[in-house]
Formats: sequence, structure tokens, C-alpha cells
Amino acid sequence: MYKNFLRYIISVLFFLGVSGQANADFKVGFVYVGPTGDHGWTYQHDEGRKAVEAAGIKTTYVESVPEGADAERVIRQLAQSGHDLIFTTSFGYMDPTNKVAKDFPNVKFEHATGYKREHSNVSTYSARFYEGRTLLGHMAGKMTKTNVIGYIASFPIPEVIRGINAMTLAAQKVNPDIKTKIVWVFTWYDPGKESEAAQALIDQGADVIMQHTDSTAPVQVAEKAGVWSFGQASDMQRFAPKSILTSIIDDWAPYYVERSIAARDGTWKQQDTWHGLKEGMVAMAPYNSAMGSDLVKEVEQLQKDLASGKTHSFTGPIYDQKGNILVAEGSVADDGMLAGMNVYVKGVEGDIPQ
Amino acid sequence: MSFDLNFIGILIGAIMASSVPLILAASGELITERSGVLNLGVEGMMIIGAISGFALMVITDNLFLAVIGSMISGLIISIIFGVLTQSLLTNHVATGLALTIFGIGMSAMIGKNFVGIPGKEFPLLFVNLKENIPFLGPILFGHSVILYFAFLLPFLTNYFLKKTKIGLIIRAVGDSPTSASNQGINVSLVRYSCILYGGAMCGLAGAYLSLIYTPQWIENMTGGRGWIALALVVFATWSPIKVLIGALIFGGITILQLHMQAVGFRIPVQLLSALPYIMTIIVLVVISRDSRKIKLNTPTSLGQIFYKEK
Repeated sequence: MYKNFLRYIISVLFFLGVSGQANADFKVGFVYVGPTGDHGWTYQHDEGRKAVEAAGIKTTYVESVPEGADAERVIRQLAQSGHDLIFTTSFGYMDPTNKVAKDFPNVKFEHATGYKREHSNVSTYSARFYEGRTLLGHMAGKMTKTNVIGYIASFPIPEVIRGINAMTLAAQKVNPDIKTKIVWVFTWYDPGKESEAAQALIDQGADVIMQHTDSTAPVQVAEKAGVWSFGQASDMQRFAPKSILTSIIDDWAPYYVERSIAARDGTWKQQDTWHGLKEGMVAMAPYNSAMGSDLVKEVEQLQKDLASGKTHSFTGPIYDQKGNILVAEGSVADDGMLAGMNVYVKGVEGDIPQ
Repeated sequence: MSFDLNFIGILIGAIMASSVPLILAASGELITERSGVLNLGVEGMMIIGAISGFALMVITDNLFLAVIGSMISGLIISIIFGVLTQSLLTNHVATGLALTIFGIGMSAMIGKNFVGIPGKEFPLLFVNLKENIPFLGPILFGHSVILYFAFLLPFLTNYFLKKTKIGLIIRAVGDSPTSASNQGINVSLVRYSCILYGGAMCGLAGAYLSLIYTPQWIENMTGGRGWIALALVVFATWSPIKVLIGALIFGGITILQLHMQAVGFRIPVQLLSALPYIMTIIVLVVISRDSRKIKLNTPTSLGQIFYKEK
């Protein structure tokens, strides 16, 4: 509550700032869930925004906007103050984005990681982060000595569950004995809580840590404890030079530039984009040589195969926790199944919070 | 899964470490509130302390200066609150909220240049004893000097408020500034001092986060701990010892619930996440049932503007 209230006040202050800059030129607005200095999720979106700016298009951003009702007000304010294209960059902005889009048919909206396109002026886009998770799983399975992989999860949404499953499947492939232990922190960004979660997982025997949250805290805890870790959303190598094996990098810049130019030139059309390693929306930071050159080569090959489509992260047979078949042998999960994934695969411990 | 005695010791040590910022900030705020001033700017003062401590560490490479500097920064920020509420007689609640927003924004601005710089190792005391004595070792030893200070502070505060003359004066001012003023006490001076002390303690709490607990600067890194500290003071009915108990319970359950998840307890995760808040409130309400004592401890004039007529 206290946090929401605080964020509310902060967002109110932001409206004042935003509304003061009405202008007839073509403008692109960005709504961020965290601070641009998180060096993770929001940081990468802001790098994308800077690329749009570098392409000669004016941009505005509002950071640390809570998901929910406050988001709607921020998005509406951006639409009212003359923004022609608005990127809303968190899953929880899905309904607010569609609601505002209905009232502003001339403004284009782009919602990240969602699936609702209720009006013709709403597009959705996301990255196939799970391809990166497959690579992480491969490395984790090879590097773990305790056979316990610790996973800090944010919210029980398909995107997060997909990552957990992709990682577990890949790790099982190279090491059938591994177990995935999950701690849900119910936040995208709380460095203190993220480090406590990392510490708890390490105390419970995990010697490889990964996270689906936005701060650099978990990799720093891993560095201190001497276990392996992975950066999330941006290259976090300098925060934990010994511990980080690689980072999954979200590269939104080309997409943002392309869509902004399309909207400016009048060629923007509604679409659903889901790009991965192939298109470069998901990229991998340099691999840590500490894992040995053989493993690095293996992972680089796997990365190529995932990008070319030779290998798929969800190749059957895949079973759920109870042993029911999810994907039959010889086939791969289709995008519809991936987008709505809401069960754990076999080998993941615990239940998904409902 | 290891649940031997030594592991429990390590767990308790971790719980103690996580409750330090709450104890420091809440103890400081308690003194401020006891003088009748409600400063909701705890979160803002903490985050200013966090960035100043970290920035000074980077610039001077001296942890001692960093810690002292963070306290001074907290104190300086609280002067703003003091001038506004005591000299210009603004509303405590509104001013405190403004202070928090100001602190968060200001720290983010200063912090732009300090993101991504790794922290420095903070010296821990008696590390040998920690490793060589099972169970008690990790509980009693291997902590930073600030942790030991934080665990002494509630007892010192309790003694100070109950047994010293200045403590009694602070309470008198908090209960009835008019009577205190008629007795010749300079209410404004007392309240200013308490505000500054609270600011310094919040600054120290912030520095603990950015220098020791998660040694780095990240925007918004206090993560609402200032608000928890504020709530603790009220639920602990302004008793320093109960603040300590409350902070330990909150920190304890926060960490325990993460461990329970990692171990795989089949309890709904949402319930586990809410548990620190629920349990802290329940325990503090149960141990503070004595209404006579609550009346004795509650600063009657809390948040009221005092104006000395001339």
C-alpha cells in the first residue's frame, strides 16, 4: 500500500511535467515500470528510446509507473499531450493500454509482452527470452555441482513460467539429476528482496542462480557467495565479473526505431511481433571463459541452432509435473501454447502460485 | 537441504543483518515522534543517506568518512523538514511526504553517476570466531560495527527516554508543548534537535543498505523500508524495545518465507509473502495490549503544530 501510494504521488508529479510539453511535432512516448537506472529491464528499453531519439524523433518517457490504474492515467496523459506513438513496456500495462487506445484512435500504441490487441491501433511485441533461457539451462546443467539451480521469479505469468520451463528442460538434457528451486518475490524490482531470495536459494544448496527480476542484486550476492549466475535483460558482467557466465540482453532498439519511423511516415500497421535470437531482439553477452572453451563452443553452437530454427527450446516429449504429456515426441510447442503457458514441466519443484 | 544447528545460526545472523536498517530508522523516528513531531520523510532521508554514503565511499575511498557523511546528509535533509514544520509551521504530514518524494528524486539525480560501480568490502568484526564456534558464532560474530550499534541502540534509547533529564524533557515536549513551554523549555530547540537526530539515524540506515547490505547504488534501493520503519514505531507503541522486537520479526519472517519457498513448503506463496506484515502486526498488537502503558508512551501532541505566542 505505502508503495502504491508513493508511486501514485510520483506519477502525479510526472503528469505535471509531461503535460507541460505539448507540441505539434511527431512524438513518441515511453512508459517504464522501473527506474531507467535499474541496469536491467527498464534500462534496456531506455537504450531503445535513445536510439529512436538518435534517429531524429522526439521522445518522452515516464519511469517507475506502477502497473494498474495509475498506469492508465499516465498513458492517457501521454496520449492527450500529443504523443503519436506510445510504447508501454510492462506486462501489467496490458488492460490500461487497450482502454486508452479505445479513446484515442489516432494514437498508435505498442504494448510489450502482452497478448491483447482489442483495437486496431494497438500492436504487441515481445522477445523470445526463453531461447536465452535454454542456453542458460544448458550452462547451468553443466556447471552445477550440487545439482540445484536457484531461480528467482517475479510474478506467475506465462512469460516467467516459460523461462523457468525452458531453462529446466535444457538443463535436464545435459544433466538429468538437476532440480530447479524457485522463490517468488512478487516484485519486478526490489534489490533488497532479490538479494535475500538469492541468499536463501544459495543457503538451500543452489550453486547456480538466475533471476527473472530487474536489478543487479542477485548477481552480486552470487559473486560474494562464489556461485554461478546470469545477468538479466542487460549485460551485468561488471557487477559480478567472476560469477556471471553470460547475460540475456534484450535489444529493443531496432524495433523501436523501425516502428517509430513507420508511425511517422504513416506506414504503421497493427501487428504481433515475437522476435528472438534470429532477429537479434534477444542477444547473449560474451560467455565467461571460466566455464571452459569446450562448453563455450557447445553453447555457441546451440545458440546458432536456436537462431536458425534447427533446435527449438520446447521440443517434445515434454511432460508436466504429474507426468501428462504436453508436447508429443517429435513435435515442438506452437506459439499459442508458449504464449499461454501456465504449468511447470517435470523436474520443477513446487506449485505455481495461483 | 541442511537444517543443522549451524545453519540455523547462519539464518539468525542473516535475519539480524536484514533488520538493521529498520531498527536504526525506527529508533531515530521514535525520538522525533516522542518530541511530538511526525516526520513521514523517513524513506526520503534513508535514500539520501544511502546515496551520500555510497558516493562518499567512491570519492574518498574511506568507509569511515562515508558512514559519517551519510549521517550528516540525513541530518541536513531533515533540517529542511525542521525549518518548514517548526519555523514556518507547515503541516507535518504533507511536509514529510514531500521530503520523501524529494529524497527519492534527489538521490536518483545524484546517483546517475554512481550506478554500476561495485561497492567496497566493509570490514566485519570477529570473523574467526564466527567460523570456529558453531551456532552461536554466526549469530554473535562476523557482523559490521553498525549492526552491533543498531542492536544496542533500542536499549540506549529506552534508558535515555526514561532515566535521563533530556529524555524526560523530550517526552514532556511531546506530551504537552504548551506546558513544557510554560516551564521554560525551549520547545522549538528540543524539537529541532530530535528532528536532526532522526535524520542522522535514517541516513545511517540508508548507508547500511548501500555500503554493507547490498553494497552498490541502485535507484530506489530502500524499497519501502522507511515506511515499514514508520509503521513499526506506531505498532510498537513508541517503545524502543518493542521496535527492536518488531524489526526482528519483520526481517525474520521476510527471510524465512523465502527459505520456506526454496525448501518447497506447500503453503500458498502469496500468503507467505504477506506473512511478515501480518505477523509483525499481530505480535506487536499482542505485546502492546496494556492500554495504560500505551497512553504513557504515546506522544499526545504528535503531529500537532505548536506555536508559541509572544
